Amino acid sequence: MFRPKRNLALPVGFASAVLGFLVLTVRAQDKNPYTGDAQTAQKMAQLGEFQFRANCAFCHGLGARGGGRGPDLTRAKKKNGSADADLFRTINYGVPGTAMPPNGATQQGVGMTPEEIWQVITYIRSVEKKVSAEATGDAARGKTLFSASACGTCHMINGKGGRLGPDLTSAGSARSFEYLVDSVRNPNRRLAQGISEAMKEFSQEYETANVVTADGTKLQGVVLNEDSFTLQMMDSREQIHLFDKDKLKSFEKTRESLMPAYDAKTISDKDLQDIIAYLLSVSAPQ
Amino acid sequence: MNTQIKIPTTGLSLLALAAALAPSAIHAQVTPQRLLDSAKEPQNWLMYSGDYAGRRYSTLEQINTKNAATLSPKWAYQTMAGGKFEATPLVVDGILYATGQDDRAFALDARTGRPIWQYQRALPGDVRPCCGRVNRGFAILGDKVFLGTLDAHVVALDAKTGNVVWDVTTIDYRAGYSITLAPLAVKNLVLIGVSGGEYGIRGFVDAYDANTGERKWRFYTIPGPGEPGHDTWEGDSWKIGGSPAWITGSYDPVTNTTFWTTGNPSPSNRGEGRAGDNLYSNSLLALDIDTGKLKWYYQFSKHDEHDYDATQVPVMVDQGDKHLILQANRNGFFYVIDRSSGKLVSANPYAKVTWSDSKDSTGSPIARKDASPTPDGTHVCPGAAGATNWMSPTYDPQTSLFYVTAREQCDIFSTAPQPYEKGHAFYGSSYFPNDDAAPFWGALRAIDPATGKLKWEFKHPSPTWAGVLSTAGGLIFTGDAEGNFMALDAASGKVLWHFQCGASVYASPMSYAIDGKQYIAIAAGSALFTFALP
Repeated sequence: MFRPKRNLALPVGFASAVLGFLVLTVRAQDKNPYTGDAQTAQKMAQLGEFQFRANCAFCHGLGARGGGRGPDLTRAKKKNGSADADLFRTINYGVPGTAMPPNGATQQGVGMTPEEIWQVITYIRSVEKKVSAEATGDAARGKTLFSASACGTCHMINGKGGRLGPDLTSAGSARSFEYLVDSVRNPNRRLAQGISEAMKEFSQEYETANVVTADGTKLQGVVLNEDSFTLQMMDSREQIHLFDKDKLKSFEKTRESLMPAYDAKTISDKDLQDIIAYLLSVSAPQ
Repeated sequence: MNTQIKIPTTGLSLLALAAALAPSAIHAQVTPQRLLDSAKEPQNWLMYSGDYAGRRYSTLEQINTKNAATLSPKWAYQTMAGGKFEATPLVVDGILYATGQDDRAFALDARTGRPIWQYQRALPGDVRPCCGRVNRGFAILGDKVFLGTLDAHVVALDAKTGNVVWDVTTIDYRAGYSITLAPLAVKNLVLIGVSGGEYGIRGFVDAYDANTGERKWRFYTIPGPGEPGHDTWEGDSWKIGGSPAWITGSYDPVTNTTFWTTGNPSPSNRGEGRAGDNLYSNSLLALDIDTGKLKWYYQFSKHDEHDYDATQVPVMVDQGDKHLILQANRNGFFYVIDRSSGKLVSANPYAKVTWSDSKDSTGSPIARKDASPTPDGTHVCPGAAGATNWMSPTYDPQTSLFYVTAREQCDIFSTAPQPYEKGHAFYGSSYFPNDDAAPFWGALRAIDPATGKLKWEFKHPSPTWAGVLSTAGGLIFTGDAEGNFMALDAASGKVLWHFQCGASVYASPMSYAIDGKQYIAIAAGSALFTFALP
């Protein structure tokens, strides 16, 4: 049987141009064919869920709720477009400059068929939440709270802020609401991921290092990178230190994040919701 | 196979040895006898694992525990290719032969890394290389080198020019077959096995005439109707039951037996629809070298639902009158098997194991019922990549220890039923790391085969895909995911030297000598690096 593959589709730029001019011609990758009756949609969503687990869950998590690498897809608003055609494009072509690969580039040689991509999209639609934090939170108030709570001491947004913690410019769309809440309430449970090297399987995490140098100087900081023999660390004054482990008097690494845990007394649930609404508005502006 | 032939111990003697190689000896025919006697020419690395016993042990000792700290890079050869570079080079009489990503290949001056010829397979655009466009190396015999390809061909190249001498199709790659392993040359045969356990193939091991490429025998790793073991498959599931043989086998000339290991049944992590033990998936096979007939088998993981391929090079070791095979399996157990009978001698965990908590009457670990994947996911150790994987272990006859790269990584296994479709990825499931978990890590572990106990370990910050080489210099060489290549004291595990290659090591090291100088070679990133004493 002839199996259409992703190279049947046109290059991205050209495809966009075609979409712009030929709105009347609905092509295979523009409209979900499985939206007709509820029964078909349900069946296709089920098939799509299996495809999702096999192809997408590694990064986007079970239930599409977001994982360590990929955004929460249960959110109605997607960073790279929320319409059916946008989702098809994102899945089929990937997102250049991000970890999202084109269909078929996940080492399996052959990717999903257009039908299977539509099944995945149907599945994603079935798990989307209609109400997001963005809709319920006050982004403007969140912005003020972000500054007032001194988040910017360690976190950068759009080039402004501190360097010790992860840049939060795209955190809003890249992480689920629950993940972000957890990161603030309980930052030690799941450390943020840092540098990801091209051929390395696992990213470095924002671990904390306590170091005593040969001359007895005590330093604490975030591990920028590490191997068996060396350590690259940023201290709380944003100084970068480069160490050979065997020349240190002592070296101890902990998974106790330098990010303080903020309980509901310090930042109320409502305040946190507003801050996350702010992060969402920054990462996926209207 | 534990005859240990020491070569001259000093650099001076090595020089004498090199001088003995008159220019006319360059490119002498690699006869079957030379392959059998590989221990007699330690300056050469004549096959993937260095010898037929699969030990990846070099008797060279110019580089040793006393001087390893002064090791220096000698040359690098850049393939300029992306993806994983998993090959082990061969070296014969001063010429280094290796394959690389996308089925490229090259012959280099082993002193300088300067290319003599290069080869690039013209691959179709729709090959199915499950897990990377990799090639792990050549076999050599006569005046030819042999490689398997991602489009499931076996190709013989002229060792002097890289010209194609013959090219045979093993099977239609569009059904999901590929070849990634280095072939094994024995007698006048070129042995290969196939990859494709992720596509619902039916695995096999083939033997081809080295001169003509004519197929001499095929052993299907899944028995057909009427054959013993066929009833270990439900319905027609045997037709798409996977069980690929994707790592190079070993050979015992005393019993005329070649040992091969097999991978997971398909679909890989979903047992529904293939009730039964699913022979000969995840097994060690003893095949007659001349006929390909099965002498015995040992199945490590029955009815596997966690991708626990048995694909590690079978390592043959003799202890007194015991003739054994050692294997650190992906499922986390270190197995010792009697290689005359296939009977299990012992099975002990060498990494964290949660899939099994009991053994049957023979001592074989049994899977827990509740370790099966579920729709919501089951947390199981080791993860799908295994407690180790295809990267080679080594057996060092001087320490009598087995060294293996261990991966401490668990996964969540989730079912995702899907219909079989020819040539399409056929997992039936998915797995992914639990991001709540403590970070994954790895270790180089030295195991005493007599007891199964850990002698020492060297911890890696993250799980690695580098194999291990032992040498008569008392050294162990391995790499890590952080890009380091290192030498350790085989007795203690102490690191004596390390070098940063700039990208993760996805290969197993080897050693050779030329002009009286011992070299260590390793592929990392897109380059092949060599090291020697200054």
